[in-house]
Amino acid sequence: MPDVILKGKAFKFGDNVSTDLIIPGRYAHLRSNLPQLAKHVMEDADPTFVEKVKPGDFIIAGKNFGLGSSREHAPLLIKMAGVSAILAKSVARIFFRNAVNQGLPVLICDTDQIDAGDEMEVNLANGVVADLTKGIQLSFSKIPQVMLDILSEGGLIPYISKYGDFKL
Amino acid sequence: MGKTLSEKILSEKSGIDARAQDVVIAPVDLAFVQDTTGPLTIRQFQEISHSGLSNPQRTAIFLDHAIPSPNRQLSNDHQFLRRFAKETGCFIFEGGNGICHQLVAELFANPGDIILGADSHTVTAGALGAFATGMGSSDIAVALALGKTWFRVPESFKVTVSGKFQKGVCTKDLILHLVGTLGADGATYKALEFGGETVADMTVSQRLTIANMAVEVGAKVGLFASDNVTKKYLAAQGRGNKYKALSPDIDADYEQVIAINAAELEPLVAMPHAVDNVAPARTLAGVRIDQVFIGTCTNGRLEDLATAAAILKNKRSHPDVRLIIAPASRRVLTAAIRAGHIQSLISAGGTLLPPGCAACLGLHQGVLGDNEVCLSTANRNFKGRMGNPEASIYLASPATAAASAITGEITDPRKVI
Repeated sequence: MPDVILKGKAFKFGDNVSTDLIIPGRYAHLRSNLPQLAKHVMEDADPTFVEKVKPGDFIIAGKNFGLGSSREHAPLLIKMAGVSAILAKSVARIFFRNAVNQGLPVLICDTDQIDAGDEMEVNLANGVVADLTKGIQLSFSKIPQVMLDILSEGGLIPYISKYGDFKL
Repeated sequence: MGKTLSEKILSEKSGIDARAQDVVIAPVDLAFVQDTTGPLTIRQFQEISHSGLSNPQRTAIFLDHAIPSPNRQLSNDHQFLRRFAKETGCFIFEGGNGICHQLVAELFANPGDIILGADSHTVTAGALGAFATGMGSSDIAVALALGKTWFRVPESFKVTVSGKFQKGVCTKDLILHLVGTLGADGATYKALEFGGETVADMTVSQRLTIANMAVEVGAKVGLFASDNVTKKYLAAQGRGNKYKALSPDIDADYEQVIAINAAELEPLVAMPHAVDNVAPARTLAGVRIDQVFIGTCTNGRLEDLATAAAILKNKRSHPDVRLIIAPASRRVLTAAIRAGHIQSLISAGGTLLPPGCAACLGLHQGVLGDNEVCLSTANRNFKGRMGNPEASIYLASPATAAASAITGEITDPRKVI
């Protein structure tokens, strides 16, 4: 179960951040060596991301985050980097499902007012995103129930390990 | 209210009256992985599996992305997948047989099937009327273990195509036009349904090109009704008995209806670094290219190679252009050899790669240098896609690719045919 209150700094990205930017195909040989692969997450979008990101921080994106490949390594590595949630105006279909399956919340909200470095607090229970630096509050779209159930178990594999089947 | 193709397939499979936005659980006819998504999927499967694969005969592993293996790490991944296949008795297709999506079309996909692949271009099999979609490794791992998955039933966009394509214009141009019009997120979570008089005349190969790129507008599936063309194709693959009639109801509910007149289309190109960044090929004359790549699950089929070969026959590719060719499957390669297309392409200066994904995703077999430009018949041109974020990728049809290989710059194929 992810924490209900998430706190961290904003790492801001633009529209259409593809899975090739998140973790490029040229590192496919490292996919069975996740600690090595993790060194390259977001490399082509922001080469300094891995050094700077701290546990709890947020990826703040524009529209259509995670378009492209079905590689689940993309949300998996973002989570491994310590990111507590992704906030985006919209997110690509497969990435959305993959992130939830990895227990990584993806929250749909208007991210325009959030800037890089802003201190953020997200309350998963009441659906409020607070930009503490700006002193503003935003709300995010409701997550579908089936995804909330998976998320609350920490992902699909823990969910199925626990229930043995889909409980819809 | 009648049903869309998605609602029909998901109703039949789930056993409930499924409508757009419903969440259903449905059995899976085929779940597959490829060599770059397979190892993670199998490890996740092993975490949850107590009694093995739900059905080895509905499970397939394709070695296609990194074949022959370029390094020891991927060789070890291949070993891991081979061992798993031996232990479980699932299908495995060794490197050289072809790209997963092409082999799914040749060997597995039938109208009304549900097909899941740990690869986003799994949508390709929608050309045969299969509800086929890409998912990540967790979802596929669960499908391997339980033989089923959950779906949110998608709303549908109907794309109706009329008119006859001009010479030099093909279904790749049609789908590039649609991607350019809708945008890269224009159909996120939706189903695309293709119909109309022009679709009825399309071969399965042409339909596969269109369905393949449905994901480039964010769609969950790109579906075609089944018809005589589907029937003949299935019969030719030795599974004519798997044909079944499948069409949407005439009063089905569509969120959008998009009409395209094929006669008004011209050769198009997607410019760096987005698939929806589309412009007519004629406006890009003068854009110099270093590499032309003809192949992939989008345009590596026999008709694509025939189109390119007809343009390149008895010609030479430009001395500054590396022309690389990767047939979509062994069957395609064999047929292309027999028809003389491979001879034409090689004589024109082409380098033949084994059937597989080849240069498409930047692993090997055509990685671009800094500031280089590739014109590719693939489906994606994201920054870094072909192994180098300092390079640029343009996407086009096999005809545009072949014409451009001759001139060394982006060329409207109507100039050379």
